[in-house]
Amino acid sequence: MKALDIIAMAAFALRGNWLRSVLTALGVIIGIAAVIVMVAVGRGTQTELDATLSRLGSNRIEIFASSARSGAVRLGAGTLSTLTSSDMDAIRAEIPEVQYVSGQIRGGGQAIFAERNWSTSWNGVTADYFAINNWQLLQGEWFNPRDYAGAGKVAIIGTSVRDKLFDGSDPIGATIRLARVPLRVVGVLQSKGQSGWGGDADDVIMVPLESARRRLSGTVGLAADGVQQISVGVGRAEDLSRASQALGDLLRQRHKIAPGAEDDFTIRNLSEIVSTRTQTTRMMSLLLGAVAGISLLVGGIGIMNIMLVSVTERIREIGLRMAVGAGPREVRLQFLAEAMMISLGGGVIGIALGVVGALLMARVSALPVQLDAPVIVLATAFSVATGLFFGYYPARKASNLDPIDALRQ
Amino acid sequence: MIANPAINGAPPVVRIEAVDKTYNAGQPGEVKALRAVSLHINGGEFVAIMGPSGSGKTTLMNIIGCLDTPSSGSYWCGGVDVATLNAAGRAELRLRQIGFVFQGFHLLPRQNALDNVALPLIYAGVPRAQRLARARAALDQIGLADRALHRPTELSGGQQQRVAIARALINAPPIVLADEPTGALDSRTGEEILALFTTLQRQGHTIILITHDPEVAHHADRICVMRDGELHEELVGSKSLARKEQS
Repeated sequence: MKALDIIAMAAFALRGNWLRSVLTALGVIIGIAAVIVMVAVGRGTQTELDATLSRLGSNRIEIFASSARSGAVRLGAGTLSTLTSSDMDAIRAEIPEVQYVSGQIRGGGQAIFAERNWSTSWNGVTADYFAINNWQLLQGEWFNPRDYAGAGKVAIIGTSVRDKLFDGSDPIGATIRLARVPLRVVGVLQSKGQSGWGGDADDVIMVPLESARRRLSGTVGLAADGVQQISVGVGRAEDLSRASQALGDLLRQRHKIAPGAEDDFTIRNLSEIVSTRTQTTRMMSLLLGAVAGISLLVGGIGIMNIMLVSVTERIREIGLRMAVGAGPREVRLQFLAEAMMISLGGGVIGIALGVVGALLMARVSALPVQLDAPVIVLATAFSVATGLFFGYYPARKASNLDPIDALRQ
Repeated sequence: MIANPAINGAPPVVRIEAVDKTYNAGQPGEVKALRAVSLHINGGEFVAIMGPSGSGKTTLMNIIGCLDTPSSGSYWCGGVDVATLNAAGRAELRLRQIGFVFQGFHLLPRQNALDNVALPLIYAGVPRAQRLARARAALDQIGLADRALHRPTELSGGQQQRVAIARALINAPPIVLADEPTGALDSRTGEEILALFTTLQRQGHTIILITHDPEVAHHADRICVMRDGELHEELVGSKSLARKEQS
């Protein structure tokens, strides 16, 4: 018996009862569609997470100055200048895991160039800040050491600010005014798009920390040596929690905080947030995977059930085929081919539905979706395997029929 | 249809030696369906196996058709000892040696006459185009070329049985084994079918006909009468005698 004949025979048999064939395949259809959607969402989320991570810089710890109190009202983080530049120096000197340290002073203001103006935020930083946050230059150059030491009137701007103020003209060398302070633009940052919290990361003006402190922070109200936030970059991800611990100990010691008293700073470890999100994604994937697995199992049992019924119904046909020369192998192959065709067909329909479902999901919900070929190949293989596994027993049963009994029916 | 290559002096195509068949052996409901049956059928013979129901003729047919195996004794089909074969080997033997014709026709209801006739060729590994060409030729030979694309339900009983006979012959087996082939037909159509068997015999096929009806059995050259699982006596078919005297 030729392979093509087996396929044609199976297709003919299934066509004869096409509604039943489709209904039988339903379990596999749902199972495979669930797998496709699940993996697409899982992958999409993972990819987005990875992108966010690489944008933010993963091995990163943020230290915020604690909130100020105004009577019983606690103001936001960074409103009290408990962190200082000397804390920065101490961290760099005493914690070996730390690779980069940068203080920050932030504020907002109106930036003006020629007749254009734009309300944006500014960020006073030291050189390490750009390394910690994976900022790259699009054009121009970084601040030089003189700018950092001498509170130079220079700025590096994000692409959004460039677009708003310069409208296509070259910003390098131009002088903008920020809160009435003239600043020479030396560089433009490469775009990062959305920030980790959904804002526009490119809507920013970077200035040297000293410049911010001396020239801009009048709007913020900081102590002489103060910074609002210290960003720390750790060389290796596995050192992150140890470095976090060491940072806390060092700052408590430096700020003379009694054991048990409330810290005057907050340490936030970005990768903790990320790992929580990763875990949530993984849990969801597992759950959906379980649903997919169960529906494939149920689908497979459905196929087995219907194939067993089919063998019983077609016992005369089996007897006749045996009488005219079909051996056990040929009968087995015929029924196995039918089971596999149901499950493979279900798999193909399931893949189509899954792809459509994933695309719909991407459109309707904000969930990121990523479809890729290996998953589709795997899903196809899974559906064939389901047919093979659950079709084998009915096929074997058919092939073991006694032709006399089968003919007598 | 290819002529049977058997010639005088060749071994019998069916050689049954002291065959017993016992169902439910050793149990309370033990049935001895066949007792020490020995039968030789030579190539080109037309033999009827006749007996009332329960005489063991169906059991004998199943054994001749390699659908069943003897409890004891030996059966050589076309020179092959069937006892040495497994299920797949017996299927191969049925494919090459035996064409079956059943009382109930046993056509596949969803397939047309052409596909029904071509069915055994699938298992012989013949490519589809050749299968259909041969099936068409076979239908032509039994005068049903114009019914090739009809389904069994669109054919009369006699036509269905002729399709079944074409199917039995499509793989050119030496033996045609017919189980009550006229049982479901009116007597005139039955006569036509029996005449077709006589024609096949002339073309060299060995015809083995199982029936309970003496009228039908008398179309054969030899009639083996079964009774209570034993081969009771052998008669000479009167109609075949008449045919021979005429010719």
